[in-house]
Amino acid sequence: MTRKTNLALAFTDEQAMILETAKGFCADRSDITAVRRLLGSDNGYSADIWAEMVGLGWTGIAIPEQYGGSELGIGSTLPLVESMGRNLLSTPYISTTIASQAILRGGSEQQKAKWLPLAAEGSIGTLALLDNEDWGATSTSCELSADFELQGTKLLVNDAAVADFFIVSANHSGTQVLVMVEASQLSQDALSSKLLIDETKRACNINFSGVTVSAEAILPQSEIALRDIKLLGALLNAAESTGSCAAALDLVVAYLTSRIQFGRLIGSYQSLKHPTVDILIGMDSARTLMYHAATLVGDQPLDQDAEIACRMAKAQATEALLYAGDRAIQFHGGMGFTYECDAQLYLRRALWSQHQYGDVYHHRTHLADLLLD
Amino acid sequence: MSNELEQQNELAELRAEVTDWIKHNKPADPGFLLPQTFMEVGSEQVLDFLREWQHKVWSAGYLGMAWPEKYGGRGLSAAHQNIVDAQMKLARVPICFNVIGLGWAGPLILDKGTDYEREKYLKGILNAEDIWCQGFSEPNHGSDLGSIQTRAARDGSDYVINGSKIWTTMGNYAKYMILLARTDSQSERKYNGLSFFLAPMDVEGVSTQPIQKLTGEYGFTETFFTDARIPADCIMGEEGQGWRIAMQTLQYERGAEAGAAGGISILSIVMNDLLKMAAEVEREGRPLLKDQVTRDNLVKLLIEEKALHLGEKRIGIPALCADYPNSLTLSGKLRGTEFYRRMRQYALTLQGAQGSLYVGDDEAVDGGFWQRAYLNNFSTTIGGGTSQVQANIVGEHVLGLPKD
Repeated sequence: MTRKTNLALAFTDEQAMILETAKGFCADRSDITAVRRLLGSDNGYSADIWAEMVGLGWTGIAIPEQYGGSELGIGSTLPLVESMGRNLLSTPYISTTIASQAILRGGSEQQKAKWLPLAAEGSIGTLALLDNEDWGATSTSCELSADFELQGTKLLVNDAAVADFFIVSANHSGTQVLVMVEASQLSQDALSSKLLIDETKRACNINFSGVTVSAEAILPQSEIALRDIKLLGALLNAAESTGSCAAALDLVVAYLTSRIQFGRLIGSYQSLKHPTVDILIGMDSARTLMYHAATLVGDQPLDQDAEIACRMAKAQATEALLYAGDRAIQFHGGMGFTYECDAQLYLRRALWSQHQYGDVYHHRTHLADLLLD
Repeated sequence: MSNELEQQNELAELRAEVTDWIKHNKPADPGFLLPQTFMEVGSEQVLDFLREWQHKVWSAGYLGMAWPEKYGGRGLSAAHQNIVDAQMKLARVPICFNVIGLGWAGPLILDKGTDYEREKYLKGILNAEDIWCQGFSEPNHGSDLGSIQTRAARDGSDYVINGSKIWTTMGNYAKYMILLARTDSQSERKYNGLSFFLAPMDVEGVSTQPIQKLTGEYGFTETFFTDARIPADCIMGEEGQGWRIAMQTLQYERGAEAGAAGGISILSIVMNDLLKMAAEVEREGRPLLKDQVTRDNLVKLLIEEKALHLGEKRIGIPALCADYPNSLTLSGKLRGTEFYRRMRQYALTLQGAQGSLYVGDDEAVDGGFWQRAYLNNFSTTIGGGTSQVQANIVGEHVLGLPKD
């Protein structure tokens, strides 16, 4: 119980460079007009921007050099993901990065050699983990039979419609495994797209029943990979949420310093000023914890300190963004109730985001086990 | 390089030496609650105990280690003192209570004082013979120092002081006060007419009235000056420089400028202390630590505590503070003091019915330690600018929101 608290926090020159470049890139490519233009689009993102990101080498940041990446580690993707969150820039980046991590951490040499270079070059991957509403579930109802036929449906698979490959969790010979499925293996009607509360995001339910894979499609180190990608997914989501929270704060500050009511700028009222400071403090804590986690996650299986850090980052970022989005609506008054007001984008992001890779109770329950027993 | 190695060895030796000293000299439980901060010295009994302890620490060579030898120090480095302080903190020995002297007046005198002043004051600060207090705040003005009304009028070789100060820590025990008073009432800008004095308390016309705190205990006084005459050479710097000197003094206290004599001034209470207590409380025959709601609340506090500590590190990484560069610095007091307030309040919730007992009851958990800790914590969320004022500062100076 009196375990030593890990307080590592470092930021490399490479990370600083990525942050600098990504900030400018995301602000330039994804201003609010561009974000809104994509809300009703089929895939929710711009293929041109995605191609540019691939061209900048960003899809290879966490992929080892031998597989065509720049081998900077998963922690170096966070400045980029935070910047994407800040400008609500949706791309299949998070999905693909986590899918690559699954292969890197759990795949065979053959799988790595085949898929990691493809991912670095822009092939899109995603995870199919969820069977029901419970992110905390340790079991799955999806089955991979002895002759390698899948049976079951996965829920809310991010970026499913554009994915080239899927990493699916399923029971096989008494254990849970991760298995690779290519888009071409799915039947015509396997995907049913879902209407998400966050209109910048895309997800489908996928019926994998009847898909037959080869024995080589199973990730040999599935157990470790499954554990780590859930934590890394939570961490990348925390980075994105932290960025969105900072943007929601900027939006609130801009309104509070321009809107006049009862003869005064409304930001002069302490009833608005003080909760806005609370948004800042929540965002600051989220960012601090997120980069602490970034410091601790390497290519090796995540240790307990890294697990604690990922879960804390996710719990804090979720709370911070939810509060920021909720207050952003309220502080815009009547305007905040309209679709036209950008505040809704952040609240919807928060409501979607909180259920990515486990909600606050899921993570705090695990943290309690790690910190209190 | 070999010099560096030599110093490393020397510091390692010091660490071992002080650890051993603490083992043999840490006082036994005196049977009354010892202060967590210097603002809780409310009785002669506590005063005598702490005075003896600080004298002992100084005699052993563990206080003022970086101050010159001729003024009672040891002429070593701040690194030496830091090693000692860290070990003292770890061992949870009593505080070195003469904080205004050690951390405020002392470094100021060392830095800006005359040789005469250094001779006269510094050793007494270290050996705890001369207790110092601070006279900045005044009744009805809180921490708004620009509104100071206490007058210092030059009369021959004296200044004549009139007015009153409030929240004077140990005002009734102090021999000297660092005093901020108005020497020029005509000054246009309200900070311009202030002067800074090293004022003796044992002159005619100075009286103190102890203030009973919400804990029922003492520790502060209101201090009254009625035609109190102090020698004119008590002034630090020139007339009108008081504000600047006061601000500089705050820099020592905050550690932003080197020079403080060291010694631990506060017994920190951390989440581990709360968890230890929670582990000993039972509900329905089950440790409270197994209760789901309690666990969630504790984890929330642990997350907050970790973010606080890590935030200190992030301040040192400008690339991670680019959008609001002074955010973590300016919100530090607000975040820290409010966290500790909530944490200490929750400790009393966790105690169940025992939580309604108070200091002095023989069944109070840890002698009422948490009760007193929670109530005293308000000195930090109120003193030095209330949390509400802090939130205004952050809102206006970090986020650029308009003044109200």
